Parts: sequence; structure tokens; C-alpha cells
Amino acid sequence: MNYIIIGYSVAAVNAIKSIRSLDSKGKIYVISEEEKLYSRPLISYYLAGKIKEDEMNFVEGNFDTKYNLKVYYSEVAKSIDFDKKLVYLYGNKKLSYDKLLITTGGVPVIPDIKGYKSYIEGIFTFTKLDDAKNLLNYIKRNKINQAVILGGGLIGMKAAEGLLAHNIKLKIIDITDRLLANTFDKEASCYIEKKLNQHGSEFISNNTIVEIFSKNKKLESVKLKDNKKINTKLLIIAVGVKPNIEIVYNTKMKTNKGILVDEFMNTNLDDVFSAGDVVETKNFITQENSVIAIWPAAAVQGRVAGLNMVDKKFKYDGMFGMNSVEILGVSSISFGLTNVQQKDGFEILVKKDSDYYKKIVIKDNKVVGVILVGNIERGGIYGMLIKQKIDVSSFKNELLRDDFGFLILPKDFRKHLVLKEYLEV
Amino acid sequence: MAKSKYKTDFRVIRDQEKCIKCQACVRMCSNDVHYYDPETDSIILQEEKCVGCHFCEDLCPTGAITVKREIPEIKFNQHWDSKDVYNIIKQAETGGVLLTGMGSDKKFKEYFDHIVLNASQVTNPSIDPLREPMELRTFIGRKPDNINDELPPQLVLETPIMFTAMSYGSISLNAQKSLAKAAFEFGTMWNTGEGGLHQELLPYAKNVIVQVASGRFGVDIDYLENAAAVEIKIGQGAKPGIGGHLPGEKVDQEISKTRRIPIGTDALSPAPHHDIYSIEDLKQLIFAIKEATRYKKPVGVKIAAVHNVAPIASGIVRAGADFVVIDGIRGGTGAAPTVIRDNVGIPIELAVAVVDQRLREEGIRNQASLIASGGFRSSADVIKAIALGADAVYIGTAALISLGCHLCQKCYTGKCNWGIATQDPYLTKRLNPEIGAKRSYNLLRAWSLEIKEMLGGMGINAIESLRGNREQLRGVGLTEIELKLLGIKHAGEAW
Amino acid sequence: MKKIVAKEEYCMGCRLCEVYCATKNSKSKDIIKTFKSEAGKLLSAIFVEEKEHITFAIQCRHCEDAPCVYSCLTGAMYKTDKGVVLHNKEKCVGCWMCIMVCPFGVIKPDLNIKKIASKCDLCLDKEVPACVENCPNEALVIINK
Repeated sequence: MNYIIIGYSVAAVNAIKSIRSLDSKGKIYVISEEEKLYSRPLISYYLAGKIKEDEMNFVEGNFDTKYNLKVYYSEVAKSIDFDKKLVYLYGNKKLSYDKLLITTGGVPVIPDIKGYKSYIEGIFTFTKLDDAKNLLNYIKRNKINQAVILGGGLIGMKAAEGLLAHNIKLKIIDITDRLLANTFDKEASCYIEKKLNQHGSEFISNNTIVEIFSKNKKLESVKLKDNKKINTKLLIIAVGVKPNIEIVYNTKMKTNKGILVDEFMNTNLDDVFSAGDVVETKNFITQENSVIAIWPAAAVQGRVAGLNMVDKKFKYDGMFGMNSVEILGVSSISFGLTNVQQKDGFEILVKKDSDYYKKIVIKDNKVVGVILVGNIERGGIYGMLIKQKIDVSSFKNELLRDDFGFLILPKDFRKHLVLKEYLEV
Repeated sequence: MAKSKYKTDFRVIRDQEKCIKCQACVRMCSNDVHYYDPETDSIILQEEKCVGCHFCEDLCPTGAITVKREIPEIKFNQHWDSKDVYNIIKQAETGGVLLTGMGSDKKFKEYFDHIVLNASQVTNPSIDPLREPMELRTFIGRKPDNINDELPPQLVLETPIMFTAMSYGSISLNAQKSLAKAAFEFGTMWNTGEGGLHQELLPYAKNVIVQVASGRFGVDIDYLENAAAVEIKIGQGAKPGIGGHLPGEKVDQEISKTRRIPIGTDALSPAPHHDIYSIEDLKQLIFAIKEATRYKKPVGVKIAAVHNVAPIASGIVRAGADFVVIDGIRGGTGAAPTVIRDNVGIPIELAVAVVDQRLREEGIRNQASLIASGGFRSSADVIKAIALGADAVYIGTAALISLGCHLCQKCYTGKCNWGIATQDPYLTKRLNPEIGAKRSYNLLRAWSLEIKEMLGGMGINAIESLRGNREQLRGVGLTEIELKLLGIKHAGEAW
Repeated sequence: MKKIVAKEEYCMGCRLCEVYCATKNSKSKDIIKTFKSEAGKLLSAIFVEEKEHITFAIQCRHCEDAPCVYSCLTGAMYKTDKGVVLHNKEKCVGCWMCIMVCPFGVIKPDLNIKKIASKCDLCLDKEVPACVENCPNEALVIINK
């Protein structure tokens, strides 16, 4: 049995573990565009100088040999022939598969901005280790002390985390009115904005870059929608990430924004599976298809895909968006739907303080969204409420308690939930 | 007139070198003696609230707390104890009856401490309990007049020590459960007291003596059917002649169910049984219960040891009781007026001796087993009581001490830090019945082993042979009349 | 593998389990020294939940399919072959993913030295975990699964 996996990160790793748990003999080929396996989300810590390059691997060093893999590093899959079941690499290499897993992840979105040229020095995206390395070099070489980040979403903020550690003053621009638009509401965003201001950085809302100015292929300045001009030598473009589905363009594979898969992580093609940031699957809360590009989702999806590739019917029960972020010492965790209006049938509970914010969003007596800023202790319990679809009507007003925990849940819920993991109550 | 400040009874000393401010004491003290002041980051004391239960002292992880008695001093006075003075001050302030818990703490002659045991020397060699079997098994119940007669129902005890009546209401369910389990596992009896038999204790019903007291709480046919024996309670040593009172606030759902009274009503046990005004009435009740239980269980009567305990006991035996329980002046209680607890009743040593003697003289000693109770402090007290005539003993205070009680005597407040004399769920959970059962079992075991040692020393290998065997006892420093009543010789006198 | 189970009906809420856990995880391992010199910086892996008179202690359940393990960005959270979930402080960067995905909420941020997560390790170097050993009312027991 030949298994081929295109893309080598957390989804692939978990798929490999699954496959090997059921099939120790089958051949597994992995195609990685990177030089080595590492954890992409750690690049912000690398940039900040918190970890070194050789500390970024999230599995043991001998993973490839331990799991008996043949990994093609620094190789890109050129195309796939789904009929002949062949994967073509550059340099005329071709591999045949019985089962294929596509975990090509995501690529940064580069918006169409007047004056943008990919060869302009000083403009970076921030998704791979190379990005972080180049950025670090650039900062040191040019003694950068200020920068502009286009996009206040997760990638932008992760880049910000790294840059702030070098005491670089930032101007973060976002088209919405808030930072982390996908997960935060305006109020939560204010806590981070306040910290940024204290640091000498700035958040520019409801704005975007309409023109980039360069001289001699070096970045000079940018112009915003409201005509404001900012001189800068460093621009990070972080407006978004989209699934990397280039390899399946013009094929029979069904895609939307990402590769469409069912609950077995199976694409529309029988022996082809997909997992990770590249897939589009059911959002647990909204029940609509969406891309949920987070590490835990990729891990679980990879695991499910791997099991199903060896022919075990294992379902993926879906994920919802969640994020944990820390900026300038302010920790935060968010889950699910956080930017909704009361009028749409949602019940919103809020508790806040000067350095603390807690918001719970409820629909049909079930928690569907949570934001925690400042104090994230025990935050995971709220995620559990969402995942287990607990009916919170009997203890709704206790949800905001500082000491919210298992004791607040009614006894029968407690018993049911925790007995699974041997908490006898 | 300046009001007198209530003085603290105890000094709570905190060793600051050892105190780690974990605040366990702050959280646990039900009397709020310790509290944490965040402003000064220190733990402050309100010593006047300390009752001396020692819970914080035992709990403190570094042993930083010491609880010491603080005796407020008045000018030296042989007649007036400072306790008397402060009691009057309290009464002047409240106009109320002074209440207390546990048994009398007053100074009476400790007859047990004036009685010594024999040991074998040259003749009649002693027996080593580790090498030879020692029989502690005891049978409680009426013995037939003739050896050929059918044996009336008996309780079989593996040791002559039983747990006395302590009702659910006066003590917590966890405390009762501990004792019930220990009794069940050791092979002896426990007593429900007048609070009924809680459902959770049914697994231990095989070893339970149920009480039918003046309030008749919890008494229905299941109660009688489940029991191993039935005890009609006329009185108890701590408060002879008066009834009992469990305030309505303490009658929660569980107590209401067990006592079979409405939630929130006061549980009043009247002083007399209102259907027993003569010995004939008692006989009627005894036989009514025997009929109801089809003569399958021993039915006995419990009285306090009062002046005329001997003829009263005789009457009770003739009324058909299979066992008679005599509770001396040191008997304990959950709540009683101090003045009654300390001044009414007679010491159990004298009571047992005279009752045993009287029944023998009347030739009816076999018709009922005699159970002594009232402040037994050690196995020595137990064995002496048996030698004075008891078939078995009930322990109460000692059993509670094994569960953690430190005799602070504040049971009536319902704030027992050890989770024993309280129904407060914050407090009762502190008494883990598994631990309690283990500890009270250990107590039974330890005392039983000691009894075996003492028996062996006397050259006796069965507790039966010690029963009423006054010859094994000698008095020390007792007057002629005391020796006569106890029926023992003075030390030095030989056969 | 041994698991620690809390008995709600016997927990007094004294929090001595927290004291002993913090002591065991401290530098000096001596209870007085720990609290006097490291006050305010102590972290206990077990903590007591309290609601009126109901209290019980909760710590890492060492889940069979531990979300913290597969969500860990650096591989600092890992499962031994005996099934114990352990945390490698050296590898941790304090991203708090584990705190986010732990359904029991038993992982805590340790803001003292390096902002890394802190959780129960079943006291593997002791025969009996510190909390179980020192609970005054035997409200924490070990069961073998």
C-alpha cells in the first residue's frame, strides 16, 4: 500500500501516526516544500528571539525514521493525475499512490495594491520560517525601529508579537474597526489597543493601504485610504491566508474556498483525503462550511484522515474557531461566534474591568461564543460547554463568575461529563 | 455598671516562624476564631470565640498553632471557683439556663481509680493471650432459669463493649455511619438513640439496637423489624428526669424523614413516656414490643443511675426486660442544662455493683443482662465494671473521641468542627465515615486486646468468669461503706 | 496507570492539597521555606473548587486522548507510554493553546519564571502523590486503571 502525503506539518504528522497505528508495512511518502519539519505557529516566537531555530520541531528528532517515512524535503508537488493516481514532482519525479492525503496548508493573501511589486525590499508576509528569518535579518541590518502591519488579524498580531519584542513601534492597519476581527469584538480589541498605545504603537481602524511607494526597489512609504501617508521601511502584509489549492486547480477535485471534504476527511475523489488549513469543512457551531485554520483542528483532522485512509470508518465531529493570543502581556482566549448582535437571537453576557473582559454568547440556551481577555485561567471549560452542547439555562447567570468551574454545573451534567475521564464526583 | 467582658477560655498561640498563612485554620474554624486581614497580610485571632476543640491545631500543616487553657483568675478562693463566678456573670447577662454538652466534668470520687485488679502469681498461673485462646464473646439477653429451658433471644457480641445511644440529630449521619460500620465489622452492637434509623444505615441493621424513647421518634414496624434488639429509654445519665429537645432549625429533610416528624418542628422528647406511669405500664410496653417483634429479639430498658437504682432495676427485670442499661452520672449528651448534668445521678461504679448485688439476692440475676455506661475512659474501667457485675458496657464519649472529639462540650451549638455533633453540611463532610469506622474499630480492637491482657494476668481465659467476680477487685482509699456498696475488699485484705 | 479521584462528599475545602502540591513542586520542597521565601510565586497543580458547602479538588485527568497533547505547538506536552501526560518546561513557549483546549481547565499559566503552563504530573517520583498522601480526610484517592 502506497500512501502519499503532500505537505508536512501538524495534519500530516497526526495522519502518519494514525496510519502507522493500523499499517506498519505500507509505504508512506511525504512531500514537503520546507527544508525540515517544524511548527509554523512558532515563527512569532522565533522572531521575538524566544526560541532558536533548532527548538522548533514539535515531534521527536527521529520521527521520519521512527515512523518509517520517505520524506522529500524542499520539493514541491507540481501536479496530480487523479485517474492514473500519480503525483508529479519537479524534476520529472513521479510517485504512484493508493491513498493520497493533501495537507498543503494555506498561503498568504496578497491584495491588489497599487505600487506593489514582489521584489520590493522591506515587504514581507509572515507564514513560514523563511519569512521570519528574512524579517529578522532585515530588522537587524536596517536597524528598524518602526513598522507597518497591514491586517490586524491573527497573522498580523503574531507578527506584531515578534516585532514588539525588538521594541519596534508599530502601526497596525485593519479594514474593520478592531483587532483580531475574526475572534474579537470591539471591546476586547480595545484592551489590546490600549496596551499598544502605552507602548508607543498604534492601531488604525477602518482603513487600508491603497498605494505603496518604493525607490530603488526599497520600500519608502505607504498611502492609506484616507490619504494619510506613513513613511516606513518595513511592511508586513497580513490580510489573510487562503487554502493552498493551486495543485488541484482544473482537476476533478471539488473545491470552494478550500478543498471540500466529508466527515471522513474524504474528498469527492475516493482515495483522496485532505486535512488541515487547506480544507473546508463543517463548522461545529454554524453547521456551515468554513475554513478553520487552527492547529488543534488540523491535528484532529489529520488523525481522522489517517485512520480513514487505512479503511477505518472514523468520523470527524467538527471544530469551531478558537484562538489564544498574548500581546504585550495581555492574554486572551476566544471561541466560536463572538461578533453577533442581540437582535439576531443571541443572548450576550458581559463582565468587565479595566484589565479584564469576559463575554459569553448564548443561542438556544447553548454557549456559542466566548471571549476572555486578561484572565484566561480555566478558559478551556467554556470550550467544553460549546463542544458538549450543554444546556446552560439553569445556570446562565453563573457563567460569568470568576470561579466558574465544574461545581457550577448541575450535578447530573458533572457526573456525565467528568466520569469519562475518571473524575468521580 | 460596666458590663463584664466574657473572658476567653483558651489561648490560641500561633508560632509566626512556622505559620505559612495557608489559611486552612481561617477556612475551617466554625467559630471564626481565625481570620485573615489582607491589609496587613496576617491572620488575626478572636480568641474569645475559641471553644478548645483543637481542630485547627490538628489540621495545621506546620504545627504552628497551640491551643492552651486560659483560666481567668480571681483572688484565691477555695470555695468559689472562677468558673462559678463567670457562670453567674453569664446568667446575669442572659437570664437563661446554662447549657452544656458531653458528660459531667465535675470533681467526683473516681471509684474506678480507687479499684485495682488482681494478677496471678504462684498459684493459678496467668494465661498469655498471645498463646492461648481468650474468650471475650458475650451474650446479651435473658438467660433461662433452667439449663434445659429454651434459650430466649440473645445478642452475640465479640467483645463486651458496644457503642451507646447517640441519636441522629445530636450527631451527624457520618458519625453514626462510622460507628455502625465499626460495630458491624467488629461484631458488636451500636445504638440508634432516639432519632430513628436512617436509611443509609440499613446495611448495618444486623448490629443495631434501636431505641424507643419518650418521643417515639422513628418508631414504626420497619424500625422494630430491622433491629437486632429494642431498648426502651426511660432516662440517661447526663440528664436524669428531664426530656430532650432538638430545635426546629435542626430538623431538616433528612432528620424529618428519619424521625418521622414534619420539617422544622421542634423534636421534643418529654420527660416521662406519657404512657408509662407505673411499672405495670412499662411491662405493658415491653410486651407490646415483644409481641410486635414476635419474641424474636431481646427487649431491654435504659435508666439513669439514680438513688434507688437497685429496686428500680429489680422492678424492670420483673417487668420482663431482657437487659437493663444503667447510665451513670458521667454519661454524655448533646445538650443538657449544666446544673442537671453535673448534679443529678450517681456514679456508675456504685450503681452497677448495687444492681448486680440486688438482682443476685433476689435470685433473678439471670433474667436480664446488665449493661453499664457512663464515661468509661479505658479498658481498665470496662473490665472493672464487668467485675463489679456488668455483662457488657456501652461507650459513648470514648467512641466520639476516637472520631476526633476533644471534649470542648459545645455540642449544643451545632458547630462541631469535627463534624460529629452537627448537621451543618459544611461540617459533617469533615468526618469521613471510612476513616471514622477505621478509628472506632481500632478503639474496640485496642481495648479488647487490653482486656485480654488483663484477664490473662488474672489467670482467667473467658470474660464470663470475670462477670461479677468481685474477688478480683480491691479498693484503695475507700471508706467502709463504699467498699460495702461495691462489694469488694480493701487492698491488703486477702481471702 | 494510577489516577487520582476526588470524593466530593469528603472534601472539607481546607486546601491543604494545594499547599502540599505547591511545596512538592517548589525548589526547596520544605513547606515552611517554600511559603516563606517563595510566597506569591507558588503554583499548585491541584486546586479546590468551591460552591457553598460543596468543595472538591481537581487536577489534570491525564486524558486518554489528551487535547493538550495534540494542540501543543512545540511538543512540550506529551504522553508517556504509561499514559501519563507530562509537560516539558524547557520546550514550552507559553502560547496557552493547552489552556484553551483543556476541557477541565486544569492547566494554569505560570507567570513567574517563564510564562509557561503548569499542571499535575502525578508525582511520578513519589510512591503516593503529595495531594493524596496529605489530604486530612482521605477525599483524594488513587485508583488503578
